[in-house]
Amino acid sequence: MTDTGRSGRRVLTAPATQDGALLAVEDFRTHFDTPGGMVRAVDGVTFTLDRGKTLGVVGESGSGKTVLARSIMGLLTGHNVVRSGSATYNGQELVGAKNDQMRALWGTEMAMVFQDPMTSLNPVMKVGRQITEGLRYHLDIPKDEANEQALQLLTSVGIPDPKRRLGQYPHELSGGMRQRVTIAIALACGPKLLFADEPTTALDVTVQAQILNLLNDQQRERHMAMILVTHDLGVVAGRTDQIAVMYAGQIVETAPTRTLFANVRMPYTEALLKSIPKLEDPSHTRLQIIGGRPPDLINPPAGCRFAPRCPYAQAKCHSEQPPLVEAETPGHLYRCWFPVGTAAGKEALERNLAHHVPAAEAAVTGDTAAAARVETGGLVVADVGGEA
Amino acid sequence: MAGTGTAHLRDTDDVLLRIEDLVVEFKTSAGTVHAVSGISLDVREGETLGLVGESGCGKSTTGRAIMQLPPPTAGRVLFEGSDLAALNGQQLREVRTRLQFIFQDPISSLNPRRKLKDIVAEPLRIWKRGTDAEQSARVAEVLEAVGLDPEVAADKRPHQFSGGQCQRISIARSLVLEPKVIICDEPVSALDVSVQAQILNLLEEMKARYQLTLIFIAHDLAVVKNISDRVAVMYLGKICEVGSPDDLYATPAHPYTAALLRSIPVPDPTIPPVQSGLLIGDLPSPIDPPAGCRFRTRCPLAQERCALEEPEIRQVSADHFVACHFPLLGAETPEATPVEVGTAAP
Repeated sequence: MTDTGRSGRRVLTAPATQDGALLAVEDFRTHFDTPGGMVRAVDGVTFTLDRGKTLGVVGESGSGKTVLARSIMGLLTGHNVVRSGSATYNGQELVGAKNDQMRALWGTEMAMVFQDPMTSLNPVMKVGRQITEGLRYHLDIPKDEANEQALQLLTSVGIPDPKRRLGQYPHELSGGMRQRVTIAIALACGPKLLFADEPTTALDVTVQAQILNLLNDQQRERHMAMILVTHDLGVVAGRTDQIAVMYAGQIVETAPTRTLFANVRMPYTEALLKSIPKLEDPSHTRLQIIGGRPPDLINPPAGCRFAPRCPYAQAKCHSEQPPLVEAETPGHLYRCWFPVGTAAGKEALERNLAHHVPAAEAAVTGDTAAAARVETGGLVVADVGGEA
Repeated sequence: MAGTGTAHLRDTDDVLLRIEDLVVEFKTSAGTVHAVSGISLDVREGETLGLVGESGCGKSTTGRAIMQLPPPTAGRVLFEGSDLAALNGQQLREVRTRLQFIFQDPISSLNPRRKLKDIVAEPLRIWKRGTDAEQSARVAEVLEAVGLDPEVAADKRPHQFSGGQCQRISIARSLVLEPKVIICDEPVSALDVSVQAQILNLLEEMKARYQLTLIFIAHDLAVVKNISDRVAVMYLGKICEVGSPDDLYATPAHPYTAALLRSIPVPDPTIPPVQSGLLIGDLPSPIDPPAGCRFRTRCPLAQERCALEEPEIRQVSADHFVACHFPLLGAETPEATPVEVGTAAP
């Protein structure tokens, strides 16, 4: 179907076939040209996302997960942003697309929910107007009708007393309410793809559960695809079809959610899972540690980017970058020479432990002194004992 | 939530710090904010007390009130036999050498213009502990203890360190005067999970090495369980439940604790996310908190009695105390029937 935008421009809304991916990203790169050098924030990411499915993108600070989402959506417009590779939405190439072309997609085709609801809402505009703005601009709906729709949207995202809320300013709402409003704004024009960038990180845990359930319900009702960006493996575990784990600008492991948790291959994913305190573990359970810190993205390590911190790393890992290879389970890809759960991986870890490699000791014993010795790359205090 | 009462306080000789009926209120133009309303807690020597709750529950305010930053509106903070609220400035400064604080944001809690060795040595200089050489030796010792090489690190400034390293520096600074108690206010919330594990393990190591007593304030229940010997759950300025972590997490007796635990997303895709039994609505205003039990406006088990009468903390098992009229004991509570939530006026 087509809708007519305000300027008489035809706004394309999903004519394409139902089969095939909604979003196909291939060898996608986003670099920032800075005085210090080229920061390779996203460096060769490939994935596809089907209609109505959810992809969880997991990683720590600086892994490139947020840049990936914003760059695909065309929100990084600085002169120093260098994008390459390909990202096609419904067959339309997004890399190199003009702002005008993107504007036709924003709101009606793709939308984003940001982390901090206070800064993503306009503090001096009433909530109602912020919701109707998109409806009136993109869909050219008359004011009364837009107000009516805004009311329905607020009701559907679970805001009590929505009529009164429409006339309020963001500061009059709680954090959870504000995030519900940003979700209502994102959903207003019926996007087919929703980017949710850490949508619950700024919220308390009880509110987080409400918001995640709301996103899931809305997604199911609208048959909308979602990319859920988060640092919390717990958030993605029960709510995604596929997970991509990012490290230093690359996807290091991706698999259907259940497969990933059941058959971890990439040492980084394993390390992330084991360093989280778990509710079911008894008090004072010793946590495993990933020593060191993520690499400098201007000069990433020559081999595997995780190698300097990896408990399994061998000489090969430091010199040769592992490609994304397929595991035996379908749809499961990982980037490792000595994968977890294989004989090669087990042997590598044992060899490292025998040689007292700090990263391996930190991971197995949780020893903080060993972890401190792993500090690598970047700026400071590396190589206390000179083991590296 | 309630929570007046002192049933959970212990009478043993090794209680190092004890707060009684602590009240902290802030006067604002909109009215008085009841941040902490009459809570009592104690910490034994060598114990880690975890204070957990959502934003606005008063956990950080409690930690700061112990340090008299600012002094509480009412109540007593007993440390080494004296009431800190009654001390004058000079006496208080002296006590604070044995009562240290670690803040949430490791980078903003370090002076960016000073070198690491000066940051860590400052407490020693202020208190004129030892000669210059002795001070340097002590600084080197604590830096090494937290896993930083003093040779390399001493002359650097905070911006040259990562967030995790800055938190190590904060820990080193808090250790340098050989304190007895360290209050850690969300020390890992600003850190990535891999770094969080390092800091949690480090705190455990430091606690053993220097015989520390810790008060660990955090919103993350799993983190608090991992590090604590005793956990107190707070809601809207009150304590709702106190107990040993394994017991409290396995069989939460307070409906709020139970709801909190249910809300946590589990990193296991075979367990479907919880859809029911979640809290709805928002935290009531601390300016006009609900009468009776403060949790009743969101509690699925609330009855008329909860609005009329504030529940007192009482014992439910060996080291497990709860402030609730209808605690969850083992299975579901028998007599309490859920009422329409949100109808009860504050």
